Amino acid sequence: MNDKVTLMKGNEALAMAAIRYGADGYFGYPITPQSEVLEKLEEEMPWETTGMVVLQAESEVAAINMVYAGASCGKAVMTSTSSPGFSLMQEGMTYMAASEVPALVINVMRGGPGLGTIHPSQADYFQACKGGGHGDYHCIVLAPASVQEMADFVGLGWDLAFKYRCVSMILADGLIGQMMEKVVLPEQRPRRTQEEVEKQCPWAVTGRTGMRPKNIITSLELDDDKMEANNLRFQATYREIEAHEVRCETVDTEGCDYLIVAFGSMARIAMKTMELAAQEGIKVGLLRPITLWPFPSKEVAQAAAGVKGILVPELSAGQMIEDVKLAVECKVPVEHFGRMGGNVPTPEEVLDALKNKLIK
Amino acid sequence: MKSEIIIAGFGGQGVLSMGKILAYSGLMEDKEVSWLPSYGPEQRGGTANVTVILSDDRISSPILNAYDIVVALNQQSLDRFESKVKPGGILIYDSYGIHQAPTRTDITIHRIDATEATFELNNSKTYNMIVLGAMLKASPMVTIESVLKGLKKTLPERHWHLLPLNEQALNKGMELVKE
Amino acid sequence: MENNDIIRPENLVYKKPALLNDSHMHYCPGCSHGVVHKLIAEVIEEMGMAEKTIGVSPVGCAVFAYNYIDIDWLEAAHGRATAMATATKRLMPDKLVFTYQGDGDFAAIGTCESIHSCNRGEDIAIIFINNAIYGMTGGQMAPTTLLGQKTATCPYGRRADLNGYPLSITPLLAELDGTCYVTRQSVHKPASVRKTKAAIRKAFENSMAGKGTSVVEVVSTCNTGWKMTPEKANQWMEENMFAKYPLGDLKDVESKK
Repeated sequence: MNDKVTLMKGNEALAMAAIRYGADGYFGYPITPQSEVLEKLEEEMPWETTGMVVLQAESEVAAINMVYAGASCGKAVMTSTSSPGFSLMQEGMTYMAASEVPALVINVMRGGPGLGTIHPSQADYFQACKGGGHGDYHCIVLAPASVQEMADFVGLGWDLAFKYRCVSMILADGLIGQMMEKVVLPEQRPRRTQEEVEKQCPWAVTGRTGMRPKNIITSLELDDDKMEANNLRFQATYREIEAHEVRCETVDTEGCDYLIVAFGSMARIAMKTMELAAQEGIKVGLLRPITLWPFPSKEVAQAAAGVKGILVPELSAGQMIEDVKLAVECKVPVEHFGRMGGNVPTPEEVLDALKNKLIK
Repeated sequence: MKSEIIIAGFGGQGVLSMGKILAYSGLMEDKEVSWLPSYGPEQRGGTANVTVILSDDRISSPILNAYDIVVALNQQSLDRFESKVKPGGILIYDSYGIHQAPTRTDITIHRIDATEATFELNNSKTYNMIVLGAMLKASPMVTIESVLKGLKKTLPERHWHLLPLNEQALNKGMELVKE
Repeated sequence: MENNDIIRPENLVYKKPALLNDSHMHYCPGCSHGVVHKLIAEVIEEMGMAEKTIGVSPVGCAVFAYNYIDIDWLEAAHGRATAMATATKRLMPDKLVFTYQGDGDFAAIGTCESIHSCNRGEDIAIIFINNAIYGMTGGQMAPTTLLGQKTATCPYGRRADLNGYPLSITPLLAELDGTCYVTRQSVHKPASVRKTKAAIRKAFENSMAGKGTSVVEVVSTCNTGWKMTPEKANQWMEENMFAKYPLGDLKDVESKK
């Protein structure tokens, strides 16, 4: 057996991957189903080893503003929460976008709206991908479908955040967070020294080392023309991200008759649906967006060419389906199947939906 | 080879940790594994269940509608999951407190007296290991050696002295399943 | 004699600190903010901390503090300054980290963050300007607005039955184990300015010594919001504000840790 392979929950993998990345700080507030992230970090005591700061804040509002500060200092900082907490964090999300600072924010989604349930959901897709907070902004949104990807996307998320000076999100759900699977954690990296931080992030608030010109991190610009210029700069960054950072996985899409487009845990369920469909002689392919923003529109259009129909199963009333429809420009029938409120469909239910809605 | 299993019972019966030990045993044999608990307040008093999949290939859905093996440790779990055993699959249930026995004829059913066996071992904490032993007798998907190796990996060193007791419980469980 | 004959080093009797730049301040004539800004700049300079200080500015009149004092700054969302200072200080413990907040920011929308940062004993200094009104948004009621005081949102005077009571938050913070130094000062007279400067210095030194949280409340005027001349505002403050918010040290302990 490979010694590096361990078994852990998705939430625990997030915590361990953060330590291994050489993260500088985690600020969070407990909420089911992701409290294991903070619990694992407190258990590991990384401040004794790597020097990583871990703090249980008084609220999600405080936590995201702590992240905002850490990000403004050029540090690799993160928080994690679940849906109701993510709503509280929208203030910090939009301020970080406006201030162009890099951070990692994780939402392990649960059933809503409101306090809702504690079980898996994907109903925060709009909130994550279409804004969430006020103003025109985007975050890079990564959707893990395994515990391994929970671990991998921590590092990827921070790398992208620092590359583009934006917020990266990991949009998971209670199923991926609570599930245990095999995982290989990344090698331990040292935390950057203060000198390295200041070299990598010359814009960061660090104190005026060597009496350099002062750095100010602010989202305020009362001059309309200057604020518009800021917006144009944000938009240019978003176009760059769209051009270079789209990620998706395709399974058996070559020559398939029907296409399923699903992300996260729903994509895992859909893979079982494909096995069941194959037993009945129905050729089904899967396209799994890994980046939900930027959305793999071209890839969806490509995979859709020649199929008889597309099913978009989601743990919501139908949110990502809008992006799928835009991608295929209504050239192919696109149908939604969803469960809500924390309910998760079985692979059989998804197959029934495919047959009823597309094959008839 | 793939085994799709659900273990269901009361919170406090060690359902989730039994699943965890099984998953670790699979890890010891380099299998692909997934462990998905029912989570939330029901862990503390109500019903709890865990889905475990051991496979030689990549695991698709961690959530299932039909199982190769169902282990039901109370009446509610038996009522809920009897119909979810795949035809030709295995149903194991503890006789303790059961007033409505399963009726299916297209599956193999093992009625075990696991709760009673804990009295013999004089340790109620061995319950889930007895059940695991029974399950591995009914379907030897991993070896007892792998279970003990997995157990050693998950237990802190201060609890290693309990390993012999666990082995005893596993063997006891195996005896409960008649050929 | 020409001006140039007078402007000579040997004739210098007063000089503003170098960290306070020449930007035109947006504060109204008579406002207390300018004085407190100057004191902060002086203290940072005298402590030799210009390269190591990070300020967190609030939402409110002092939002542009970052334009006037030449140090690195974070501009917080409304009320979140102490949360930002918490993370900044924890991530860079060798820096001098302070917040500059008004009464709405610190004692209304940010009450939760304010109390919890103090309670955790974060090694930060909090400069809290209490002028009993929302200045920037046009003179609305603050948590510290006095009973009977007229504002845009209590135009007939604050009534306890409608608006609750004025919040004296500083004594509450003095009760917390995390605070080491809690004081209430003013800047309306030369002597009070000197006392406030000493208080700011002590707060900053506490932060660097890791003693816990220091809170310096500066009871201030807002002559524009109060609709008074600066002179009348000072008088009104002495007669009314000091009764509810009496000056002096509320807590000064060697160390909370």
